[in-house]
Amino acid sequence: MMTAAPAARADELMRYVGSRLLTTVLIVVGAMLLLFTLSAVVPGDPATTLLGPQATPELSQRFIAEMGLDQPLPTRLWRFFSNVARGNLGTDVISGRPVAGLIREVIPYTLILTFSAIGLAVVIGVPLGVYAATHRSSALDNILAFVSVAFIAVPSFVIAIFLLLIFAIWLDWLPVLGASRTGALGDEFKRMILPTVALALGWIGFIARLVRASMLEVMGEPYIRTSRAYGLPERLVTYKYALKNACIPTITILGLGIGRLLSNAVLVEIVFARPGLGRLIYQAISERNYPVVQGAVLVVVVLFVGVNLLVDLSYSAIDPRIRHTTSDHGVAG
Amino acid sequence: MSALAGAGNLLRRVCGTFIGTTGLVIVAVVLVAAIFAPWVATADPDRLDVMNRFAAPSLLHWLGTDHLGRDLYSRLVHGATVAMSVALSAIAIALSLGTLLGILAAYLPTRLERFILIVFDVIYSFPSLVLALAIVAVFGPSTLMVVIVVAITLTPHFGRVARAQVLTLKSAPFLEAERILGASFPRMVLHHVLPNILGPLVILASMDIPVVITIEAGLSFLGLGVRPPLASWGTLIQDGYQFLSDSWVPVVVASLALAFATLGFTLFGEALRDAVDPRIRGER
Repeated sequence: MMTAAPAARADELMRYVGSRLLTTVLIVVGAMLLLFTLSAVVPGDPATTLLGPQATPELSQRFIAEMGLDQPLPTRLWRFFSNVARGNLGTDVISGRPVAGLIREVIPYTLILTFSAIGLAVVIGVPLGVYAATHRSSALDNILAFVSVAFIAVPSFVIAIFLLLIFAIWLDWLPVLGASRTGALGDEFKRMILPTVALALGWIGFIARLVRASMLEVMGEPYIRTSRAYGLPERLVTYKYALKNACIPTITILGLGIGRLLSNAVLVEIVFARPGLGRLIYQAISERNYPVVQGAVLVVVVLFVGVNLLVDLSYSAIDPRIRHTTSDHGVAG
Repeated sequence: MSALAGAGNLLRRVCGTFIGTTGLVIVAVVLVAAIFAPWVATADPDRLDVMNRFAAPSLLHWLGTDHLGRDLYSRLVHGATVAMSVALSAIAIALSLGTLLGILAAYLPTRLERFILIVFDVIYSFPSLVLALAIVAVFGPSTLMVVIVVAITLTPHFGRVARAQVLTLKSAPFLEAERILGASFPRMVLHHVLPNILGPLVILASMDIPVVITIEAGLSFLGLGVRPPLASWGTLIQDGYQFLSDSWVPVVVASLALAFATLGFTLFGEALRDAVDPRIRGER
């Protein structure tokens, strides 16, 4: 790797950021096209198919006007894109409220659930992984190898149902259903515990395995051997030098995993009857409220793509080697 | 013959570890239940016996009955058939389509390759369950829809790997030689490229089975996948969940069956990958 002049390096960074931004925009546009196409290729008369049995003449009328179904396709496409660009995600056909408002109401619940699950998984998973890597083939390492696969394999809505059965119904320790209506922090916290654990369990195993594998790889590097030879305390070597480098792959995987986590959050929200994006989409589907489905799905995609972009960029900030080696962002592997 | 010997060798290596053996046993149990469901089951899974709802486990009903008096054990066994047929057909479609597109992407001009990759990225950027929800919202739930949605979401997965494999293979001397000798493009792909890239793709496919089983069960649990009365593990969990206050048995046994199957296929897939990829094998 040659040393480039600072100007050239900044130039290269800009180009990298630019290409990632462009891909992100393309993905969002693609997702919008897909959502639009879905509403356009509906078999039969769209108003009756999408509204189902509830399609009273006036509701159909409103729906047709709302979706612009009476206009030619290109006009509708243009309207959809320009509305979304202005933050207008359409109108709920049933209540007549703007979809963006509905989403703004529930999105904090989903975000808090998702991020506390990730937080819990990191707080428990990373130390477990470090321990397993530094105590290879110990009893805990072997147990962890099996248990982590088990938690990764079992779907989180199944874990959610079991937690619900055990802690809420059989032991009657925790209130479960819904979010706190009073907004009291303590109550809301208690109601968050089970959904968070249900989402986090699989990730704890996943992160522990990942950290273990990358720690083992890093521990074999010459610079670790050198710092040991200098007589640095083992603790310092492990946590400061090895863990720091081992974290990089973990961050990427976490970013890519947000999508899966959001999918799982949908199911967990439904099991625990918590408000959130998942329940919003689910209810909209059962009410055949396509504008709400469209808006909420779009928001989920934007969230997902946005997080991935952030992760990619921060990743290249932490480790400048990335920019040189991966021109194609196929980190998924 | 050598391929058969290779497969036998591989199987022996998979069985060599605790994880591999456990996975293989579970996979075998699920497959037997799925293929021979009518004989493994003890009763007609759809026969109603409303007088006998929530019957406790007995010799007649091994796991008891559900809210309509249907035999739970038989429904579980038939659920395996649904899970396996959805998983295998969706993966077969995704594997063929993804491989085809991946190979094409590697050989097409850069512009088209870029286009295919962007389409892959767009699909990849949809959390699969959310894509499924959007599609089901329009077309309505059905088993076929589940297969199509899952196939679409998995295609980029195979496509990317296939493309990457072809790219590393493309400039190999033996392919250059074939080309100079005048082999046609289809012949090169079918006889030389495909056999060389299929291994990793098949392993990927085996690791995707539990993922598909989970998506199908999740969608069916939401009532957006397999339609009742067809017994799928997801619909069984949903039925049980609705009648949780009457009996916890249906939910628990159906969730356990689902967890058992996904765990088995995950363990098997990992053992298979470890057995094939010597680099990973060396790490443990």
